[in-house]
Amino acid sequence: MPYGPHTPADREKMLTALGIASVDELFDDIPEALKAGSLDLPPPEPELELATRLAALADRNRTDLASFLGAGVYRHWTPPVVDQILLRGEWYTAYTPYQPEVSQGTLQSIYEYESLLAELTGLDVVSASHYDGAAATAEAALMTCRATRRQRVLVSKAVHPQYRETLRTYFGGGLELDEIPLVADGDKAGTTDIAALERLLAEDARPVAGVVLAQPSFLGLLEPMADATRLAHAAGALFVAVVEPVSLAVLAPPAAYGADIAAGEGQPLGIAPQYGGPFLGILACTDALVRQIPGRLVGMTTDVEGKRAFVMTLRAREQDIRRDRAASNICTNQALLALAASVYLAAVGPHGLRDVAALGAARAAELEAALATAGAPRLHRGAYLNEFVVRVPGARAAHRQLLERGVLGGLVLEDVMPDEPGLRDGLLVCATEVTTTDEIRRFADALPGLTGVAPGAEPAAVGGGV
Amino acid sequence: MGVTGERLQPTLFERSRPGRGAGKVPHPPADALSRIPGDQLRDLPPALPELNEPELVRHYVNLSQLNFAVDTGFYPLGSCTMKFNPKLNEWAARLPGFAQAHPLAPDEAVQGTLQLLWELQEILAEISGMTAVSLQPAAGAQGELTGILMIRAYHASRGDSERVEVLVPDSAHGTNPATASMAGYRTVSIPSAPDGGVDVDAFSAALGPHTAAVMITNPSTLGLFERRIGELLDAVHAAGALAYMDGANLNAILGRFKAGEAGFDVMHINTHKTFSTPHGGGGPGAGPVGVGERLAPFLPAPRVVRESDGSFRLERTGERPTSIGRLRSFVGNTGVLVRAYAYLRAHGAEGLREVTDDAVLAANYLKHRLTEDGAYDVPFDRHCMHEFVASAAGLKRRTGVRTLDVAKRLIDHGFHPPTIYFPLTVEEAMLIEPTETESLETLDAFAAALIAIAAEAASDPDVIHEAPHTAPVKRLDEATAARQPNLRWRGMTGRQMPCPD
Repeated sequence: MPYGPHTPADREKMLTALGIASVDELFDDIPEALKAGSLDLPPPEPELELATRLAALADRNRTDLASFLGAGVYRHWTPPVVDQILLRGEWYTAYTPYQPEVSQGTLQSIYEYESLLAELTGLDVVSASHYDGAAATAEAALMTCRATRRQRVLVSKAVHPQYRETLRTYFGGGLELDEIPLVADGDKAGTTDIAALERLLAEDARPVAGVVLAQPSFLGLLEPMADATRLAHAAGALFVAVVEPVSLAVLAPPAAYGADIAAGEGQPLGIAPQYGGPFLGILACTDALVRQIPGRLVGMTTDVEGKRAFVMTLRAREQDIRRDRAASNICTNQALLALAASVYLAAVGPHGLRDVAALGAARAAELEAALATAGAPRLHRGAYLNEFVVRVPGARAAHRQLLERGVLGGLVLEDVMPDEPGLRDGLLVCATEVTTTDEIRRFADALPGLTGVAPGAEPAAVGGGV
Repeated sequence: MGVTGERLQPTLFERSRPGRGAGKVPHPPADALSRIPGDQLRDLPPALPELNEPELVRHYVNLSQLNFAVDTGFYPLGSCTMKFNPKLNEWAARLPGFAQAHPLAPDEAVQGTLQLLWELQEILAEISGMTAVSLQPAAGAQGELTGILMIRAYHASRGDSERVEVLVPDSAHGTNPATASMAGYRTVSIPSAPDGGVDVDAFSAALGPHTAAVMITNPSTLGLFERRIGELLDAVHAAGALAYMDGANLNAILGRFKAGEAGFDVMHINTHKTFSTPHGGGGPGAGPVGVGERLAPFLPAPRVVRESDGSFRLERTGERPTSIGRLRSFVGNTGVLVRAYAYLRAHGAEGLREVTDDAVLAANYLKHRLTEDGAYDVPFDRHCMHEFVASAAGLKRRTGVRTLDVAKRLIDHGFHPPTIYFPLTVEEAMLIEPTETESLETLDAFAAALIAIAAEAASDPDVIHEAPHTAPVKRLDEATAARQPNLRWRGMTGRQMPCPD
């Protein structure tokens, strides 16, 4: 065994102490008929060979592409200090701070994470983190049901499709989920249909616990958050904002429009894409909902001598104490990813974070102009920050041809939202501060000549139905 | 050993000085945000701290030194399997090809990751004796929810709507009953038998047409293999229910017992326990789920599929309509799964068997040392698996020193305390799990420390009541923390409660 300490003499000494001849005797409780024969697995691999195998696998992934793919996971510049802090064994080889006297590092770092996210969202209570943005959104929706004792949640179709799928799974235990449609055309095309929201809220027989919108939306558009919050509150429902944390440096925070809960994906805060995880589920709420929020919370307190210190608190909500009446079954949090987000935020600071968001917006405007000139204009007219939809006839084929030319041309919307005919020709593309002018040129230069793309098409947005 | 930091640290906010820290990203053009409507913009910038990088590094390095970790000392936290986290695995997960892969990238651009995940599915199926595996669940608790939702879907697919209960032994992790509730079931708690095992007769009496599932941790949270598991599984299936195995204690049975072959319908695997992916101070983990034939159609989507030409791809949206859907975004905690894969390939079949043998041997040896000494109660006179329960109930009666006190005093000896007051079924419980990566010298030193504390409990109990003495802080005021929660930094926090060091 590569990491084991025991010499044959050590094992012999232990067996002798136990008065047994073979370790097999320790497994006598396994019924004979149920004992496993053997494991059909490859032989152990020495570190050198294993490292070669792993590097070869990693090399099979393409890292040469000019990527404009976001859709919930974003490339950013992560200062190397973030990963170097994370590589300290005192962080990553510790566990849940059950013994606070020897866990003040982790506890203080979580308290600081909670405080940093409270600053970003404007909400006072931030959980120590959840699995990812989708799971945090599902937990937020469940919170609204517990808090209002109602069973129906409305979620906008402009919330990430995978988040909506996750909501459906979590609501499989008997709660109701309805989707709010999008505006089909005109200036507000692609945004959540506020009139439809009003109608859905008006069904007296089916009172609504919570309303869920994303800002920016999955399609990159800025949503009427203030209007939606007002309508939700008028109907006695809570409002959940699904947020992207970097955008909060420049966009109105959830507290500003009166959201009760914010959920979101913390990956953009210094966490690599890693083919989907581990990520960081952000969950925040107002003080009024503190007893409803699931997951760990760390608070400031004192030790018995009055020294300031940090501890997990309000634990009566949690599964190990409350068991079947707990607020959630969640046990762990994503402490190491919360640490990454904290180091990232402290490394870039308030001005740096604003620069990241604003530079992404500037690069995105450059991308919009370049693509429009190359024959792929925006599909919608509403305001966006750094992600938007372009119309490319035959989007799926075009996307494949772009890949052959070294460009990852965003996301084919038909693949993820097949029930929205208005998005059939849509590619969801994004830019961030790491997007270069050269990459934008590669994308734009690759477009003419692709199936269905007319070079030099009118750059003005087309009010296509969504 | 243990915690090296002595001084508490000011917060990031106290270290902040306006104007510090810059140079990470270029400045945007002045009009970058001019196209955003004013009412959508933020009025005031967030009050994030401003630090230069040297200050930032010192902050986090000094904070880290206030932590106990596997890399600093013995961490026998029962049921958590705090084994060594191999460094190769950290390197592997950070290879740019793995780390920078976008989860929505086309399959042809991520063949390396997909191949790794597909192989991992196969390896985990072999270890668990199951037919198929989903890598999606982000943690053990989410794996449990996945399993119970699949069981729900299975009964629903048969039109069997009467099954509303999940049976759980009283020694179970709290996540089991909490999971059953989340999935819309009623939990029925079944008392354990005197030998620490599940009470098969009590279970059989409770089983019936209303039972959807039983959730069994095997080996149990007492560190005991369920000797009557075969009978129990037969009874469960005879009642038309399905059997869930909580795989938290898989480290004890690698290559010795396969849940699927034994008749379990579904189990989850904690990669952060058995397969050494780091615990990260509380996460991330990963909780892959394996299932037998009956539940395979219901597995979450997407799974990784191998095509006949040897290429790999994710299942497409809607490809398997019987799936319960997804539990989270994307395919899973891939970064964690890369580490688990590396661990599994490093060990191979014989290495994994040795992991289990050494973990079980170490636990029995430690248990023997304590039994022999006699200061602590060691209930259940039988071989344990990879962990065992000791109890300070007798010590408490004799000296007034409780398990909590013993735990805190262990900190002074340079050890992380075991899991305490769990399982709930044993008074003054200490759940001790040494793992296979701790040397005999460490096991002996830990036994000696526990024995010394018991002696000290008789001679000088006050020292123990007031422990720890060497940690950066003494015991904490948890009552005030809960009564007047201070969950975030505010401008006045530092004045009201300044950093003591």
